[in-house]
Amino acid sequence: MTTELLVKELVEKNGRCRNSLMPILQGIVQKEHYLSEEAMLSVAKELDLSAADVYGTASFYTFLDTVPRGKNVIRVCKTITCHMKGREEIIEAISNHLKIKVGETTHDKKFTLLTANCLGWCHKGPVMLINDEVYPELTPAKTVEILEKYGKEQ
Amino acid sequence: MNKYLVNLKVNNMPVSVEEGTTILDAAKKLNLRIPTLCNHPDLSVAGNCRVCVVEIKGARLLAASCATPVSEGMEVFTNSEKVRIARKHIVELLLSEHNADCTKCFKNGNCELQDLASEYRIGDHVFLDLVKPAHKIQDISSPSIVKDDSKCIRCQRCVRTCHELQGISALAVTNKGDHQKISTFLNKPLNDVVCSACGQCINRCPTGALTERNYIEEVWKAIYDPTKFVVVQTAPATRVALGEDLGLPPGERVTGHMVSALKKLGFNKVLDTDFTADLTIMEEGTELLTRLKRALVDKDETAILPMMTSCSPGWIKFQEHMYPELLNNLSTCKSPQQMFGALAKTYYAEKINIKAQDMVVVSIMPCVAKKFECERSEMRDSGYQDVDYVLTTRELAMMIKQAGIDFGKIEEEHYDSILGESTGAAVIFGATGGVMEAALRTAYEIVTGREVPFTNLNIQPVRGMDGIKEASIKIKNVKPEWSFLEGVDLNVAIAHGLANARQLMEKVKSGEANYHFIEIMGCPGGCLGGGGQPIPTSPEIRKKRAEAIYSEDAGMPLRKSHENPEVIEVYSKFLGEPLGHKSHDLLHTHYKPRKRY
Ligand code: SF4
Ligand code: SF4
Ligand code: SF4
Ligand code: FES
Ligand code: FES
Repeated sequence: MTTELLVKELVEKNGRCRNSLMPILQGIVQKEHYLSEEAMLSVAKELDLSAADVYGTASFYTFLDTVPRGKNVIRVCKTITCHMKGREEIIEAISNHLKIKVGETTHDKKFTLLTANCLGWCHKGPVMLINDEVYPELTPAKTVEILEKYGKEQ
Repeated sequence: MNKYLVNLKVNNMPVSVEEGTTILDAAKKLNLRIPTLCNHPDLSVAGNCRVCVVEIKGARLLAASCATPVSEGMEVFTNSEKVRIARKHIVELLLSEHNADCTKCFKNGNCELQDLASEYRIGDHVFLDLVKPAHKIQDISSPSIVKDDSKCIRCQRCVRTCHELQGISALAVTNKGDHQKISTFLNKPLNDVVCSACGQCINRCPTGALTERNYIEEVWKAIYDPTKFVVVQTAPATRVALGEDLGLPPGERVTGHMVSALKKLGFNKVLDTDFTADLTIMEEGTELLTRLKRALVDKDETAILPMMTSCSPGWIKFQEHMYPELLNNLSTCKSPQQMFGALAKTYYAEKINIKAQDMVVVSIMPCVAKKFECERSEMRDSGYQDVDYVLTTRELAMMIKQAGIDFGKIEEEHYDSILGESTGAAVIFGATGGVMEAALRTAYEIVTGREVPFTNLNIQPVRGMDGIKEASIKIKNVKPEWSFLEGVDLNVAIAHGLANARQLMEKVKSGEANYHFIEIMGCPGGCLGGGGQPIPTSPEIRKKRAEAIYSEDAGMPLRKSHENPEVIEVYSKFLGEPLGHKSHDLLHTHYKPRKRY
């Protein structure tokens, strides 16, 4: 489905008002993994908003990416509790396994590695998210295991 | 409809104000000034900068006085120890994220942040310097505007201006926390987005983050160049505002002083955009009557109504981006500035025996969009760029100061001739409704042979600061050649500020409006409230400038464009007739659709 059609469909479903901006943007990210220029422009047009306003909203939320992302977006919590519980080792394990640094995407476009602010799982840190799934109480070994599982999926 | 009065004390002084008044305004009533940054009388309340904090007895936290309404029995302190310390820290914190190299800054000497730093004697920085290197890159893509994020304090006045006054939102708040920034769509260059180049945001930015592209050095260079013949034209609204930047109160008319100062600066000829404003009326008035005839009599479907004025370049750019489907409604007349440039480098150059390539045409404009306009590819009909440099009213004031001219004390002088004569109808181009009034004064007379039926030619229904004005004038007892207009109610509408223009355009698009003629000026109040006018500009100041404009008009010996002797002369000796061949080549143009998204 083209981006334009996807946007039209989401607008149909969520309504043509400013309040629908968030669910529409979320819907696009779900399908296309990020908000392309084209996607934001179509949303602006459909909702009669300025493109800068749409971009302003998108850039406010960590989860609304405006640069291309891999199929699976990994977000490791970087906030203080997880930090003290060893988030650095987790990031290192991921980096070594996937051969990417924070902010980068693998060549096969399967994974993007990002950090996030506190995910509300401090009592079970260190924590990472892969897409919508939470993975608490990580160790480097456990992390690699999880990544391998995702790696096998098509 | 009496509102309740609320009694409170500010710094132990009692004061009564209407319910709903802010603490800031209550203090003002007692002549107590509380500093502000994000607050602006033209905009909604944001309450984000916090420099206006005050202490309220019994309250745990300090309150933002611009965003807190008074309440009965309230006791407010605007200068307690707590307030002073907090306020100073707030300024220090703002400066810690600010690229404060004042000596290199265009706003040096007229900057609200600098004023506060100076007022509070901010010395050594107590907070770490946090200016982001990425913010040190300036956006100079626009011929009108320079955007420098390293000077931005994120007060969001620009964002509110572009949204609330101009209905565009070319700028938005993006990212969050310490990464927050004022950006265009995807941080694209300002020149590539929907920005109208109106400069209203510049007029409201309290710092040097948004300023006009200035051409002061280029103009000095031309003046000092002996091989160049430099002529200057002055827009209607400059003469009622320039004084504000040179120590005079708002609303002072300084026409003669301005002419004299320009001569002292070394311009070879000081001429007037008012002359081409009169000429615009001849062309545009004729165009309107012709379109009416083609539409009403010939049923010609290419004669599109309502016709819309085209002298405000910010409005034109807005229309190109936002309503490309209505571009054919625009009058084909160039703006008075561009008509002037085109005539200066042809008719005038020939007359005074100067080669067009040796002539430099400078404009003094209340407008920032005119800088964009003069660089448009359509504006080279003389064979050269018709207008070379545009300076804002503010830039002219800077040049006058640089030259050491004591503005208040110089003798008044007259514009040079030719291209210097004008009528009251041209002066009112500077106020919302003015182009309409000028056009009606002339068109009505062409059609009926009589003056417009309003006392002293003052067409009151089109004057004033309402966002959208509508009027209807019955045309009666017409001359035989205009018989198709007998008994017609000519419906007109006027909007100023692009947010109002947008409302009006929606009405036109939906077909719910049946206007014949629409005047739009891109800036609130018209050119007198232009983006290039002295800072501050506020509703009160706009009112004073408007009064000055109408009194300038009332005092002119001639008040109808078609009576301007130099206009009559340019038709008899050069142009032939309105909408004639030469006019077509030099004074008219078409516009092009631009991307909205
Ligand atoms: S914006 Fe104001 S405070 Fe900042 S450098 Fe310019 S003049 Fe100085
Ligand atoms: S650019 Fe100017 S008006 Fe806009 S937020 Fe920054 S300082 Fe305020
Ligand atoms: S110049 Fe006018 S249109 Fe452009 S960003 Fe500023 S206020 Fe908006
Ligand atoms: S600090 Fe990591 S989830 Fe809260
Ligand atoms: S002026 Fe009151 S919070 Fe900015």
